Amino acid sequence: MNYEPVIGLEVHIELETKSKMFCRCSADYFTAKPNTHTCPVCLGLPGAMPVANKKAIEYAQKFGIALGCHFLLKSKFDRKNYFYPDLAKGFQISQYEMPFSQRGSLEIVIDDQSKKIGITRAHLEEDTGKLTHAQIKGKKVTLIDFNRSGVPLLEIVSEPDMKSALEAKAYAQKLQQIARYLGVSNADMEEGSMRIEPNVSLRRVSKSQSVKVSKLPDYKVELKNINSFRFAQKAINFEIERQSKLLDKGERVSQETRGWNEKENKTVSQRSKEEAHDYRYFPEPDLPPLGFGSSRKAEITKTIPELPDKKFERFKKQYDINQDDVQILTADKKIADFFEEANEAYRKKDSKKVANWITGELLRRLNEQGKSISEIELLPASLAELLYLIDKGDITQNQAKEVFEQMIITGKGAQLVIKTLGVQQMTQLDLQKLVDKIIAQNNKAVEDYKAGKVASLGFLIGQIQREAKGQADANLAKNLLLEKLKK
Amino acid sequence: MTSKGNFRRRLTLYKLMIDPQKLTIQEASELIAEKKISAVELNQSFLERAKKLNAKLNSFITICRDEALKQAKKVDELIAGNQSLNPLAGIPIAFKDLFSTKGIKTTAGSKVLENYAPAYNATVVKKLLDENVICIGKTNLDAWGHGSSGENSDFGPTKNPYDSSKVAGGSSSGSAAAVASAACLASTGTDTGGSIRLPSAFCNLVGLKPTYGLVSRSGIIAMASSLDCIGHLTKTVYDNALVLNTTAGKDFFDSTTQENRVGDYTKNINRGVKNLKIGLPKEYFGNLDKDIKEKTLAAVKTLEKLGAKIEEVSLPHTKYGVATYYIIQPSEVSSNLARYDGIRFGFGREKFGSEAKRRIILGTFTLSSGYYDAYYLKAMKVRRLIKEDFEKAFEKVDVIICPTSPTLPFKIGEKSDDPLKMYLSDIFVVNQNLAGVPSLNVPCGFINGLPLGMQIVGRHFSEELLYQVGYAHEQETKFYERRPEL
Repeated sequence: MNYEPVIGLEVHIELETKSKMFCRCSADYFTAKPNTHTCPVCLGLPGAMPVANKKAIEYAQKFGIALGCHFLLKSKFDRKNYFYPDLAKGFQISQYEMPFSQRGSLEIVIDDQSKKIGITRAHLEEDTGKLTHAQIKGKKVTLIDFNRSGVPLLEIVSEPDMKSALEAKAYAQKLQQIARYLGVSNADMEEGSMRIEPNVSLRRVSKSQSVKVSKLPDYKVELKNINSFRFAQKAINFEIERQSKLLDKGERVSQETRGWNEKENKTVSQRSKEEAHDYRYFPEPDLPPLGFGSSRKAEITKTIPELPDKKFERFKKQYDINQDDVQILTADKKIADFFEEANEAYRKKDSKKVANWITGELLRRLNEQGKSISEIELLPASLAELLYLIDKGDITQNQAKEVFEQMIITGKGAQLVIKTLGVQQMTQLDLQKLVDKIIAQNNKAVEDYKAGKVASLGFLIGQIQREAKGQADANLAKNLLLEKLKK
Repeated sequence: MTSKGNFRRRLTLYKLMIDPQKLTIQEASELIAEKKISAVELNQSFLERAKKLNAKLNSFITICRDEALKQAKKVDELIAGNQSLNPLAGIPIAFKDLFSTKGIKTTAGSKVLENYAPAYNATVVKKLLDENVICIGKTNLDAWGHGSSGENSDFGPTKNPYDSSKVAGGSSSGSAAAVASAACLASTGTDTGGSIRLPSAFCNLVGLKPTYGLVSRSGIIAMASSLDCIGHLTKTVYDNALVLNTTAGKDFFDSTTQENRVGDYTKNINRGVKNLKIGLPKEYFGNLDKDIKEKTLAAVKTLEKLGAKIEEVSLPHTKYGVATYYIIQPSEVSSNLARYDGIRFGFGREKFGSEAKRRIILGTFTLSSGYYDAYYLKAMKVRRLIKEDFEKAFEKVDVIICPTSPTLPFKIGEKSDDPLKMYLSDIFVVNQNLAGVPSLNVPCGFINGLPLGMQIVGRHFSEELLYQVGYAHEQETKFYERRPEL
């Protein structure tokens, strides 16, 4: 029997606002000491009331617009009632009936095939506290940290449009990219600022039927505990296999929530359909309904930068760079911006060279240091400066790489680094003298070369470089050498 | 404290021929300003009364003697420094025990919070303390505000100062008994479905349920958030207006509050009622107890004599009020009480009394999927109709006058076994909460020695007008002068 996976994704993205969703506490919980970013509101103390964060609302709406969603001029918050120790008030303030955004779509590309994934809705809610299970004085305890309680969360729900783990992964990665482009979240899976919950089911397709069966399966399995794209892919693939085995045996797949167990590489049942919550949604009485003017959408749209797909297409047209490099450059808006600025500063219309230095040297060094481009102080103009110095012949290509490394570390300009490092290229005259000297000292190699042993040339260049302590332009050295040897 | 000190304090009040029972904020404020009495002296005498009377009436859950005297001393220092102060400075006030008071136990009348001391002050508490009001204690109430008689308190029922075998009305039972027995000069209350007006009526007091959104709810333990209104109880209308001057207005911490456009509610309080149109809703007078009807109509007659025009109006959806209220209110209650899950605040769910449990179960049911549309959503639609009833009526008249309670204060224990009967005590007071309109209870006389009240109901944010009507009636009747014999 053949099955077609039906996959939808619920993605939570923490919005990086200064303060929390409903109070003035700092929303930066990741490194703070437990329970230091708290107040009566996010602790859910009796009598405390929420005050909605305008910036978070703006970010949520911005995201919705970026996903091509229908923008709702009227919206409201609702209470989602359930019990869990990390939920301070015994309910979560969320949006049920009137989310900020509805009905959008997102395009993913796999093997040059693009596909549209429908977005059902994007709504704003608050994060919960964090539980830590520990042992203190031999006693098993659970500790609650409310620093995360009330951090704004955007929930983006997709249509069940994906048919493979790969598509699901591409979709989630695209959302991450957009979050970063919009500057509303770092959307980091490991840090938990982005969380994905796929729901997976299978529908039968028979080969003989050419007509597409569009009916959805009568069950779905929700997957939790996923903290990397890789795990998402693995968990979905595991589910597809598990479910098809059950279906092959003629069994029903039960509707449930399953958690990904990364140690055992499998999904494990967490909660059955019978145990599913009735969240008893009702309008949050402490927050008046929200109404937005007709100009609101345009105002927010103005703040949306060029998004990845558009940037990709423009780069392909505008610059003489191969598609793979365009892909790399536009994956991260900050890299793309860096490229464009450096290219502008360079003025030589050699975008290829600029791109090479970024995709090659810059990204490699960043990778080695485990840093992102926003964490370093290097200016795009400094790269242009470096390229000029190479062009001028002040330094060699190899020296430039060394200089660039220091520039990335220190954030200083090329000239300055060259001065501190004492790097300088030999003048042609000095190099000429050195070539003569090496030829005189290595009679055997010279003879070998003249006898047709081409490899000897490499030996001689190596000798020159060693003597010059890397300050010789390899190409120039080679040319000078060849000239001499011809005579 | 030495007996000599006690003697001297009594002497001060005696010397000035002040009967604390008759004393109003207006008068006390003048005495303090003119330095005829110190804030410490005034508060000492009230604290003494509060302590003594509490054994009899059970008005207070906590009496804050030391904090109160410390605050009073500060006020005296300010006065000595000739600082110009708010008329409420130095005035002894009690807070209903739903109002968060920093470092002072705030129990909500429930054993669940028996040992809970908030880390912050409610906005209203802060505003009043900033004006140098003296907090002398936290008053008893039906646990979580659930009740019409005060009998649902986990700390025992409050007794009516006019007849201690009778209830004081609820849920702000202690707040009413405390002011009526002159243990303080004003008290705060919350009114979700009559909880200020009912006890005010039962204890011969002026009680304001302000417009929803006029006074901040921040820091006040929520009962039903879309209905809760924060008000206060005083002996006179003027005193009541003085307190609202300080408590009203937009609060950053309560998104449902609005800017207050009236700067001083006392300024035009004696404007009178000439040519004012007063509506009598026929639905409230139809099956009304004969004596209560007679007294209420007598009050209306008084206003008519003063120049008001009286006409009948109709609020056709009145009869659905209690049913609507007892769906919306428990729904919100069930959500608001969810945080008392035993993880924090000292005690767990096992400490909930039967009324709280009843409302949690009821509200959980009405919000459940499959029932939400039939109950909660439908109730919200009826709520809309009830609000429109008032809007239509106020196209014709300026204010509405109606009784506050269908009965006089009843015997303790009389209704406590029959929740439905108890809920019907709210028949005249819940619709104003559903509509969000303001309502002022003012004393309306006595029947067999027991007080009754009437409501003056107005358009949203018409508190100034309600005070004018109440004041005009009060100047003619002076029912407030009849204090209980204690």
